[in-house]
Amino acid sequence: MTQEIELETRDLNFYYVGGVHALKSINVQIDRNLVTAFIGPSGCGKTTLLRCFNRMHDLYPHNRYEGEIIFQGKNMLIDGIDLIRLRSSIGMVFQKPTPFPMTIFENIAYGLRLKGYRKKPELFERVEQALNDAALWQEVKDKLQVNAFALSGGQQQRLCIARALAVEPEVILFDEPTSALDPISTAKIEELIVELKERVTIVIVTHNMQQAARVSDMTAFLYLGEIIEYGQTKKIFTNPDNKQTDDYITGRFG
Amino acid sequence: MGITLRKDPIDLFFSAVTAVAACSVIAIILGIVFVLIRESSLAIGKFGFFAFLTSTDWNPVTESFGAATTIFGTIVTTVLALVIAVPTAIGIAIFVTEVAPDFLKGPIGIAIELLAAIPSIIYGMWGLFTLAPIMANHIEPALQSTVGRLPLIGILFEGTPMGIDLFTASVILSIMIIPFTASIARDSFNLTPAVVKESAYGIGATKWEVVKNIVLPYSKVGVFGGVVLSLGRALGETMAVAFVLGNSHKITSSLLDAAATITVTLANEFTEADSDVYLSSLFYLALVLFLMSFIVLAIAKFFLLRAEKRYGR
Repeated sequence: MTQEIELETRDLNFYYVGGVHALKSINVQIDRNLVTAFIGPSGCGKTTLLRCFNRMHDLYPHNRYEGEIIFQGKNMLIDGIDLIRLRSSIGMVFQKPTPFPMTIFENIAYGLRLKGYRKKPELFERVEQALNDAALWQEVKDKLQVNAFALSGGQQQRLCIARALAVEPEVILFDEPTSALDPISTAKIEELIVELKERVTIVIVTHNMQQAARVSDMTAFLYLGEIIEYGQTKKIFTNPDNKQTDDYITGRFG
Repeated sequence: MGITLRKDPIDLFFSAVTAVAACSVIAIILGIVFVLIRESSLAIGKFGFFAFLTSTDWNPVTESFGAATTIFGTIVTTVLALVIAVPTAIGIAIFVTEVAPDFLKGPIGIAIELLAAIPSIIYGMWGLFTLAPIMANHIEPALQSTVGRLPLIGILFEGTPMGIDLFTASVILSIMIIPFTASIARDSFNLTPAVVKESAYGIGATKWEVVKNIVLPYSKVGVFGGVVLSLGRALGETMAVAFVLGNSHKITSSLLDAAATITVTLANEFTEADSDVYLSSLFYLALVLFLMSFIVLAIAKFFLLRAEKRYGR
């Protein structure tokens, strides 16, 4: 089976304010419709790398990229890229649930309106679809007009996934999506991630190695801003080429 | 060794001191109310409550006093000042927190705080010597020849522009409360979690959409609190207004007319109060202002509590 490449970095370097060299010559290819996990000890740069893909770093001054990020055949790091378009093609789900201060319905409809959907019936249909896709519809269908803060943490996180799905992105970035959740909610979200890869490409940062092993097809191990090893999850977790990877996987450091 | 209840003398002393400090606040409030009521009892007896509130008389010669004119002046200047100040302050806060480049954020923030540090008497003097002539010669004639020609609201801008009037006083008042409101609004905006803003950017929202749909709803409780505090400040502000209001006890339809507020009347007339009824009526006015502030704050607190409940915070 040949895989199509969805996202690719070429010699990507990233510097935070003050010249902190957070990513060093990252070369990674993210395959379409697979789940790719970034693992590594805290501060290794995995979240930094994730946030490069939708250029979230641009929201804060004095951050600097070098190199290329290729998405849909185009370099996303050149000037004049439409960041609004880019971010609606590459969605993001964060560590803690981040519902907007609105009703459940509006949380989803908000992104749809930004994309230009205005008609009520169509909005309704798409909101229902997104909530269904995020396995939340059954739980919230009778309280769509309730404020989203009233949901539990796990429900809020699935609402955020639904919100990301609604605008039909090509990629969804997950930044430790279950680290603030209980085991049952975590299992639901993991299940969801595996289901979703049929439709979108998924990149997930996780501290939980069992999670990476359970949900991902490909795994990259990062350490001190570099990719130490990248390959099929099965291989990384059973027979890694690199000694550092092996040490991390088996819990000898990190 | 079992758990023993510690009765450390220092701990007891500490509790006692803080308890006394806390109780002193209540004692002071009760003391103020007591004095206000005692001193105004003569006027209360003579004019009654509703009659005093609705009477437009303020005549030391006939010793006939009423609060309606000064309540009118107080409410009009306060409301108009808020109308000018709140949108400006929110604009400043949005600019400082979300829009301004880094090198501007610091200086603007400091400038706002410096504005807040200027004593109100200086605003008053600046208002009298600088702002009032500008208002009289340029701004008020311009308003008269534009919005003053419109039906209905034209009535607000009738008369000869003197620069010493409700409008100028409201502008001064608004300049005084802008820094206050702006810094509270700025602090509230900064409380919006960064990840929530990022999520909105993450589904393709623009900066304006993030401010409008995320930052403002998130911080509206805090901003509302700031507006109420400014309202309280505007209600009680004396010196800045005293110079430019004209101290004239009448209810006018035009904003370009002189008027009087409760605080300005108190400041100007205490030394002139030559009869017991006059003095007592001034205390009565102070009591009315106290009640107004109390009611405003109570209403605000009610709304804040309700809003907090709704957001589960």
